[in-house]
Formats: sequence, C-alpha cells, structure tokens
Amino acid sequence: MNNIAIKVENLSKAYQLGQIGTGTISRDLERWYAHIRGKEDPFLRIGESNNQHTKSDSDVVWSLKDINFEIEQGDAVGIIGRNGAGKSTLLKILSKVTAPTTGKISGRGRIASLLEVGTGFHPELSGRENIFLNGAILGMRKKEIQRKLEEIVDFAGIERYLDTPVKRYSSGMYVRLAFAVAAHLESEILIVDEVLAVGDAEFQKKCLGKMGEVSRGEGRTVLFVSHNMGAVKQLCRTGVILDQGSMLTQGNIDRVIKTYVQLQQSSKQPFYKNLNENANILKINTEDGNQSRKISFEHDENIILRLNCMIDSRCIDALIGIKILDTLDRCIFTSEQQINELVSSTGITEFTVTIPNNLLTPGDYKASIAIHIPNVQIIEQIIDKIFFEVLETGTDFHLFSGADYGCVFADCRWDTINSK
Amino acid sequence: MMNIDTNKDQNWTIEARAPIFDLKLKEIWAYRDLLVLMVRRDFVSFYKQTILGPLWFFIQPLFTTVIFTFVFGNLAGISTDGLPKPLFYMAGITAWNYFADCLNKTSTVFRDNAGIFGKVYFPRLIMPLSIVASNLIRFGVQMFLFLILMAYYYFSGANFSVSWAIMLFPFVVILMALLGLGAGMIISAMTTKYRDLAFLIGFGVQLLMYATTVIYPLSEAIKKYPDYAWIIEYNPMTPIIETFRYGFLGEGSFSWDGFGYAIVVTLALLAFGIVVFNKVERNFVDTV
Repeated sequence: MNNIAIKVENLSKAYQLGQIGTGTISRDLERWYAHIRGKEDPFLRIGESNNQHTKSDSDVVWSLKDINFEIEQGDAVGIIGRNGAGKSTLLKILSKVTAPTTGKISGRGRIASLLEVGTGFHPELSGRENIFLNGAILGMRKKEIQRKLEEIVDFAGIERYLDTPVKRYSSGMYVRLAFAVAAHLESEILIVDEVLAVGDAEFQKKCLGKMGEVSRGEGRTVLFVSHNMGAVKQLCRTGVILDQGSMLTQGNIDRVIKTYVQLQQSSKQPFYKNLNENANILKINTEDGNQSRKISFEHDENIILRLNCMIDSRCIDALIGIKILDTLDRCIFTSEQQINELVSSTGITEFTVTIPNNLLTPGDYKASIAIHIPNVQIIEQIIDKIFFEVLETGTDFHLFSGADYGCVFADCRWDTINSK
Repeated sequence: MMNIDTNKDQNWTIEARAPIFDLKLKEIWAYRDLLVLMVRRDFVSFYKQTILGPLWFFIQPLFTTVIFTFVFGNLAGISTDGLPKPLFYMAGITAWNYFADCLNKTSTVFRDNAGIFGKVYFPRLIMPLSIVASNLIRFGVQMFLFLILMAYYYFSGANFSVSWAIMLFPFVVILMALLGLGAGMIISAMTTKYRDLAFLIGFGVQLLMYATTVIYPLSEAIKKYPDYAWIIEYNPMTPIIETFRYGFLGEGSFSWDGFGYAIVVTLALLAFGIVVFNKVERNFVDTV
C-alpha cells in the first residue's frame, strides 16, 4: 500500500433493532454456544439490507454491508448519502468508536476524528485547561498542545476569555474553541462529521478554509461527511456515495454529486393525477429541460411544470395561475396567464410553465395551481400536491446554508461611489 | 494502533475480532498525559464553587468515625480488640472507602462516559485508571487525617503500637486499588447490557462493608459466629483491612495465608476484568 492512506475491505456492521434487555441472557448463551462450536452467530442473518421503510421479521439490521474502497494519501473525500445510509456508522468504525461486525480496515498514519466538537469539555474548567484536556482526548501530547496553544487561541479568537470557565462562554465561542483544538491536531488523517453545521457563516468559512488548507497544503487525508453539497464540492476532490448501507459509487466529486442528485429523485413521486371525474386540471408533473420527470433540481436548472388540463367552456375565458410557496407557506411569487391566449378551442391541452434557473434558493417548495376568474370564481385549484426541491449544488451562498437568506437570488448591482 | 508515536508511517488495522487479552500498555503510555489531565479535572471540578473546597475530603471520614464510635462502639458495644474506638473505626473506614470508591466509580464508567466514548477513541482503560488515581489523592488526604489521629492517641498514651506489617502498606494500597478496579470493570462491562447490576452495586457495596471487618475485628466474628465466619474470611477485603490495621495499630488477625489469598483473588478478578472490559469496549456504544 504505497500511496494508500486507508483501505477498507468487506466492511460490514450489524445493529440489533428493538429492545435490548429482556431475553438477552438466553440469547447471549445461545450465541456463546454457537461461538464455541465455531459456528456463525445465529442472530446475524446475512442478507438483510438496511431499508428503514420496509418491515422485516429479522431484528438485526446491516447498517453497512460489504463496503470496499481505498483512499489515497492527501486526498479529500466527501462521504455523502441520505439519512441512515450508513455514513455515521462508517465514520464511527473508522475512528474506532465501535468495532465492525466483519471486515477489516488498514491504514497508515495517525487518525484524528471530529465526530463532535468539544468532546470532553468540562464546563467548570477554564478555556486553557479545556484546550489541554480536549487535545489530550483527541490524542495530542501535552508538549504538542503547548507548542500550538497560541495558534489555537488565535484561531478561536478567545484570548480575553482564556482563563474563564467555559460555562460562561457564548455558544459560538465554545464551538470556535473546540474546532480550533481539533483543527490543530497533527494527524495524517482527519475525519470530520457534520460539525460545521454549527457556528456562524464566517466561522464556517474559516473552518472550510482551514480544512482545505489541511488537505491541499499539508498533504493530509481528509474524510468529510456532510449534507451540504456546496461545502462538499468546495472541499473534496473525490466522493463516495453510500445508500442503504452499501457503497454505490466512488469517484470524481462532480460526477458523484450528480449521481447523488439523481438518487434523491428516484425516491419521490414527481407526478400528480387528479382522480376527480369532472376535473379540469388532470395531471401535473415537474420536469427538467430534457422532459425527464423529477422533483430535485440543481440550482442552475430550469424547473418546468407540465400541466394537462381539460379546457371546457367555463375555463376558456378564465386565468390559469401557479403560486410557489416555501415550507413556511410563505408565497414567493405567482404567475398568471389568460387561457384564451394559450388555446383557441376547448379540449384537452398540455401547458408548460418554466421557472427560470438561478431564481429559487436551495430548499423545499410547493406549487399551487388554479383556474379562476379573478375576484369572481375559483373554478378549480390544486393545493399541497406538487412538491419539489432545489438542491445546494454550489451556489454563492452555500456557506450560509441553514440560515434563512431568502427564497430568491437577486442579482443586485454594487457600485463604488467614493473610495479613499 | 493509532499510536501517538512521531512515526508518521505507522500502519494500523481495525478488525472485527481483537485479541482477548490485550493490555495495550504501549497505547496507554502514549496517552499518559490524558490520564494526568483526567485526574486533575476530577480533583479540580470536585471543589470548584464550594466554600470548604478540599476540606470536604476530611469531613466524610471524620463524621463517619464519630457516628460509628457512638453506634457500634458505645451503643452496640462491639469489641475493638482493645484499641481506642475512633482509631479502630477510622482505620477501617479509610481503607474501606478507598476500595469502595474505586469499585463504585469504576462500575459506572461506561454509563458515565457514554458521551465521550461514543464520539472519540482513546484507550478506554484510561478512564478506570484515572478513577483509581484520583481516588488515591483522596485516600492520601484521609490517610493524613488518620495519621493525625494516631499521633493524638500516641501522645495521650493509648495502648497501640505500629508493627512490622506496616511495611506491607504499599502492597495493601495496590491490592485495594486493583481489587476495586478488577471488580468494577467486570460490573461496568456487564451493566452495559444488564442494568440490574447497577442497582445491585448501589447498596451491594454498602452491605459488603458489613461482611468485611470494618466495624468489628475478625477475631470477634470468629468467636461469636464460628460457623459463619468463613464468609467473612473468604472476602478478599478482610485480610487486606486486617493487614492494614495490624500494620498501623498492632492488632488484627494477620496471616500470610490470608494475604496470599487476597493477592490471588485480586489478580484473578483483575485479569478477568480486563478481558471483559476489552471485549465490551469495542461494541458497547451500540447497546448503551
């Protein structure tokens, strides 16, 4: 293994579902009896996959199954997947918090893992004392911490509070201090879970910068787990997708993110069909410019609503409109169209409405569709049936993800009037 | 594995099965600074925001001695082998407290540290070791109090004398630490799955004190209950406390057989404790 920092072979991890407690003694004895006869554990049946939606009679679930991959030294790898895909389990095994059920990981160099910031911080102790304690928990020697103390304090920006108990810190200061300690570990491999979800945007940027520096500048290997595709894209060169405990693909980060976005769509229904017999609005679906139906859109993709309507004599002089709302039911915009400008005769007609790209910011949205005569009559409306999302695939705002920075992108012009 | 050596090209592996008896001494040594800092944390956080501070270490054994002297010495009239009563009880309490504290704290080590253990790896044995070490500080403070009391009685002419067995004192301390550690690790490993033991240990340790020669001498037990005294004799803490008392106060039933027996039991429990602890630490995060 010349240039390989981490090599994962046939890695699996099983979890027991349900109550652990009653009946465990008899079960343990049975297990132990199988073990001394050299047999397989009777409670681990190979073949159960980690699907959280389907029921199964087995109460053992494979959170990871037969994972194989290699990570090169100095690479920055993003590990992405839906909730429950096994990302955190993989990180836990890699950081030796829990042991795998089968399989093996071999590697080279010290590992520092940041599954959480501030592990072992004691509220009564001062910032300085906690830097030493936390550093030691993460595996640093005392003199190593001593050497880096100034750098850590500087990075966290807590110089004035160094000798104050951390229980009096603001939560921002607390997180900054904790990340600073971890970021200054001298390890060859850095494992980071979604710790960046905390802290303000400025600090997140600083952390991302620091981690980029670590992988590019110092040639260290970084493993990064996040839901924030923007951050993953910025930081990582390659990616691994986990899905239901198995590895789907590994490779170049742009390709991996594309695959992930497609994976997201296959799980939801991008389609609505009206079951009412006398309906005017028959079918609605969302799709992209290539007419493929989907509900997850990249931020720079056009979002197209395709409407299949029965235009009868009541409708022909009415308006058809769409209204886009966010998850808080705030109306973002509406768009109205006179139907007789679109069609000249009654009958079944298909319309498309294109929402321009780079308009909606990443997030979940829903659309209402109505045929109405303004202030007189609502002929038909479809509410709470059409959902779609815009993904964070590298917008200028990805550092603010999680914060409410609005629903639309506005391309404002900034001018300098006077500068000295 | 994951050593703190300066050697950057250290190779490591993570596997499903680990060697059954792996002390990981090298790894623990690499984390020695953490051990020291943990002890410091326990000590400092103990008296932060208290008025009396470290004085609290004195108060507990002092009050217990006074109560025991009244209840068991005067009210119940249990013999103390002719030794001054406070001195007799304090000797027992000081030694017993160290063992009981080690056992109590070690037995909840997985539950108490589930948060840290679930997030970061370091040799888990560091935690029980830090408990034993920080209790040693407390024990040292209480020993100091005991020595003051000894000096007081010596100058007021009480009838006791230090015997040669005081030379065994370091071994007595090590035995108590290891016995508490070993038994504690076994219980902590089992409480991760069977919570029942956590309830048992709470009052079990208290009851165990009465099966140990803390408030009465062994000779008295043998005299009054010749048929059941073997329960007390087979308790490995009995020879340890008897040796402690014999060393410092010159009274007590010391025998090499008993002392040897205590050593054997301690080492056996410790070895077993390390095996189950090592086995549990790899997966306990999934069950706690």
